Amino acid sequence: MRAFEHFQPSNLKEAIKILSTKDKEARVIAGGTDLLNAMRDGEESPECIVDLKGLKGLDYIKYKEKEGLRIGSLTKLGSIEKSSIVKKKYPVLCQAAHSIGSVQIRNMATIGGNLCNAAPSADMAPALIALEAECKVQGAKGKRTISLEDFFAGPGETVLKKGEILTEIIVPKLAGKCFGVYIKHGLRKAMDIAIAGVCVIITKERGKLKGVRIALGAVAPTPIRAKNAEKILLDGSVSEDAITEAAEEAAKACFPISDVRSSEWYRREIVKVLVRRGLRECLEKV
Amino acid sequence: MPGEGLKKGYFHMKKIIELKINGDFYEIAVKPSKRLLSVIRDDIGLTGTKEGCGKGDCGACTVLMNGKVVNSCLVLAIEAQGKEIITIEGVAENGDLHPVQQALIDYGAVQCGFCTPGIVLTAKALLDENPNPSEEEIRDYLSGNICRCTGYVKIVQAIKSVRG
Ligand SMILES: Cc1cc2nc3c(=O)[nH]c(=O)nc-3n(C[C@H](O)[C@H](O)[C@H](O)COP(=O)(O)OP(=O)(O)OC[C@H]3O[C@@H](n4cnc5c(N)ncnc54)[C@H](O)[C@@H]3O)c2cc1C
Ligand code: FES
Ligand code: FES
Repeated sequence: MRAFEHFQPSNLKEAIKILSTKDKEARVIAGGTDLLNAMRDGEESPECIVDLKGLKGLDYIKYKEKEGLRIGSLTKLGSIEKSSIVKKKYPVLCQAAHSIGSVQIRNMATIGGNLCNAAPSADMAPALIALEAECKVQGAKGKRTISLEDFFAGPGETVLKKGEILTEIIVPKLAGKCFGVYIKHGLRKAMDIAIAGVCVIITKERGKLKGVRIALGAVAPTPIRAKNAEKILLDGSVSEDAITEAAEEAAKACFPISDVRSSEWYRREIVKVLVRRGLRECLEKV
Repeated sequence: MPGEGLKKGYFHMKKIIELKINGDFYEIAVKPSKRLLSVIRDDIGLTGTKEGCGKGDCGACTVLMNGKVVNSCLVLAIEAQGKEIITIEGVAENGDLHPVQQALIDYGAVQCGFCTPGIVLTAKALLDENPNPSEEEIRDYLSGNICRCTGYVKIVQAIKSVRG
């Protein structure tokens, strides 16, 4: 690992200042589970590291009946997985968090790091995109809010500008009755990066289908939402044929790559299977 | 001024940090890039903590940080300041083995032993959190601790035997 200067700012303003005044390459470190490995492998060699762990007030989970859920970016995946309020209101987020790495990893890894690292396979992304989450970001020029769907720019890239820090993830309240699943497909049951990750969320109001949300991970340069597939069920009637058609449509939204984990062809096929499985389960249990 | 050190090339300089490991305080000079694992093994000389993969996959380097298991290969030593760190050397109390340690011996759940320190700490953390885990919960909690020898059956049996 190349030598670097290490900062431990105690407030957000200071962190932003260090990150933005530098003419040198500075990187934020949260849990470090992605960054330290990237530095070890020489994929990243920042000259400065700004540790966010000393910042107060970025590690929280809050729920309000009107506004929904707010999660501080420094919140550990392990805390999300175990949070009783998340379990009750957004169990699909617990499912997604639990699918990541090991207990050891989840004790360090943060939700902000998972999103900002912007791996196409980031397991928190499909569930949060399907929940229509928003990202609150703060930089030298002030704050802005970005929908998570627009947050990713490509593999390893986000729309964050130099000096900007992700501070909060907002998950709006879901109307009516809902049920969601996150299905992660990998070669092993644990400790594996997804070949494909599929999140399906169905909402119903007064017995009528109100919302269908399908989001996919690891099958395109960024996590994506499959809106055309959602429409098929929303516009037509719900039948086994419609489910199959929606699954085919979801596969069309993918631009997968072939890599050590899977071929492009297989990723597309498995997306069909998982979307079908997810839709069936949600429609049955909602 | 933040960053000034960088311009002057001071950033290669070591920083003095204080770590609390197994209840003892250590003052050590480290480069910012030094991992907690290296400090524990090379500077302090507690070699019970092992390095397997060095990247978070195997769990051989597991230590407790404020009561939670973490991979010490993925923690910068400088960021472990102010934390309560327990390594395998700090698990036995007054010379008595931790019940998990004794159970691993009794069940013959140790072969080469390379994974064992990590397994002990992970099992301890599990039982502290959940005194009565099911077999499935035990296996799930251990998924970040790779054992290449035993096939896990005896490890799981041993942990089951010390449930509350
Ligand atoms: C063994 C192992 C297994 C893993 N398994 C999985 C898995 O199954 N699924 C999965 O999705 N991931 C997995 N990961 C990847 C990783 O653990 C997660 O992506 C984790 O959530 C990253 O969070 P972090 O806090 O450790 O990020 P860091 O490593 O601290 O940061 C990651 C990146 O995001 C930036 N960043 C972090 N926080 C912010 C912020 N608030 N604002 C702006 N930028 C920020 C950093 O500069 C860096 O570029 C695994 C990693 C390891 C080592
Ligand atoms: S050496 Fe740390 S997890 Fe393998
Ligand atoms: S006993 Fe040899 S790796 Fe577990």
